Amino acid sequence: MVEQIIFLIISAFTLTMAVIVVTKRNLFHAALALMAAFLGVAGLYVLLDAGFLAAAQLLVYIGAISILVIFAIMMTRRLMQTTEPAFNSQAGFALVTAVIGFGILFWVFYLFREIWPLIPDATVPLASKPELPQEVIRNSVVVMGQSFVDPAIYVLPFEIASVLLLAALVGAIIVAWPKAEDKA
Amino acid sequence: MSFNLVEFLKSLVSLTVSDYLRELWGNQPWVNVVLDILGVVIISTFCLLIVIFLIWLERKVIARIQRRIGPNRVGGRYGLLQTVADVIKLLIKEDITPMGADKVAYWLAPFLIVMSALMVWAVMPFAPGVIGVDLNIGVFFFLSISSVSVVSLLLAGWGSNNKYALLGAFRSVAQLVSYEVPMILALLVPILLAQSMSTVSIVEAQTVPFLLAAPLAALIFFISSLAETGRTPFDLLEAESEIVAGFHVEYGGMKFGMFFLAEFVNTLFMSGFFATVFLGGYRFFGLERLVIGDGWAIGNLLGLIVFFVKMFAVYFVYIWIRGTLPRVRVDQILNYNWKFLVPVSLALVMVTAVLDILLPATFNDFARAGAHLTANVAIALITVEILRAYARRQRRLTDGGGSGLATAVGDEHVHHDTAVHEPAAAH
Repeated sequence: MVEQIIFLIISAFTLTMAVIVVTKRNLFHAALALMAAFLGVAGLYVLLDAGFLAAAQLLVYIGAISILVIFAIMMTRRLMQTTEPAFNSQAGFALVTAVIGFGILFWVFYLFREIWPLIPDATVPLASKPELPQEVIRNSVVVMGQSFVDPAIYVLPFEIASVLLLAALVGAIIVAWPKAEDKA
Repeated sequence: MSFNLVEFLKSLVSLTVSDYLRELWGNQPWVNVVLDILGVVIISTFCLLIVIFLIWLERKVIARIQRRIGPNRVGGRYGLLQTVADVIKLLIKEDITPMGADKVAYWLAPFLIVMSALMVWAVMPFAPGVIGVDLNIGVFFFLSISSVSVVSLLLAGWGSNNKYALLGAFRSVAQLVSYEVPMILALLVPILLAQSMSTVSIVEAQTVPFLLAAPLAALIFFISSLAETGRTPFDLLEAESEIVAGFHVEYGGMKFGMFFLAEFVNTLFMSGFFATVFLGGYRFFGLERLVIGDGWAIGNLLGLIVFFVKMFAVYFVYIWIRGTLPRVRVDQILNYNWKFLVPVSLALVMVTAVLDILLPATFNDFARAGAHLTANVAIALITVEILRAYARRQRRLTDGGGSGLATAVGDEHVHHDTAVHEPAAAH
């Protein structure tokens, strides 16, 4: 009951902030709203007892990505005059992509509706999620780490993601490397 | 169970008062909520009030280091009330918002920075069983919260509508984001040794303090924590004697005071965290487990005292460094981080991880610590050797291998400005 109400509040907060991100014409404020939306998602993770994911969300999305976004805005726009039109020429394309993305997500949830029921107990309004034993929550980080390197579970996606990140790192270094004529 | 004043006072002294009240009132949800709120209030109030003492301590110690007397007018011979007077001054100052400031950002920044400075205390184990919340990701929680605090610097720099504030924010963010990397890597070493990210488990795992098992990790963490809190020799965020201030140049009154306060709370937290992770926290040869009489766990109180002694010992080192070291240049700060600290800490994490797996299970804690210590010393020696080879090459480049005396590598020049100004609120 209480959990559901908190869930609704956090979701409303996240969605409101997400709407502000795309409607606010001041880019800096939009970036701040983006951070707030990320914070809301972290709150959802906390609600799901996924503390590690919540902290990772804070560290990666707010502590790194949003800061990078703000840096990019500050470096490329004229300071304090960041009023931009809300729509650019790619609005239609973005709409199509968003609809397709939503469709795919919905389809996945529909496919797996037996495993991940959208409503835990349909007979009770505002039902709480099933309680996890404290032991499971305490060991969640260990289990997650082990499943990343377990050949039977996630080792292949994990390694592919690692190689992709390495490639991105090397690419970033090559892009930033001073060219021969720059040195002279 | 009825209320018993003696039992209540005893539980108050042995820091188990929440257990006592839970027993008294039964284990109902509202009891836990009330006790949690009380805990939050007590920890935050403690953090905010201790700053008054910390500022006085810092001014007094630095004054002694520089052969001055320091505050000695307000509040008796030792100037004990000087900071109280400063706080009152800050509180009654006019509250100014600069013209053209981005009001949301300008007002949000001081609150956010104090919030993040206080939130991290949730995972600090003060004594056995005395901790805000023993998260299974304690260390990671601290890292993520402190990385979020960087946002408030950007808010302050941007919101002030002042190009110097903005430049200061850029400078701070570059430094804080960079030094987060070696800090995380250095903290991975105690996490590996304790096989847990929970701060309580890390304390419990330190039969041998991790300072002895991983001195290099402790050193790297200490250096990067100096940079993370913006203290000497990395204090060019606000280099008082040269550029007046950084991102908070447009703030006055208590809003400035909040940045100031967050800085001191953060420094104290870093000392406490260093004591927890590397010095064994509240542990002192089993003293913290002492039980006298019919099960009165007085050890909790002793553990708290031990923790505070360790925390303030580390804090004294912070002040000591501030009073003695000159400031480094901005290019040196980033070079030192990316070209020295990060590679060393990466190598250290790899060696520690591999060594910890290779060590036979029959090793007890002392043998394990000895093996890790040897590995640390080996890495340190190799690093020093590489640095010497590099310096030799630089010397040969600069003067063709001539007289070796006056050939300090040009990069090594530092600003000769050791006059550390009084940290008094100048705004």
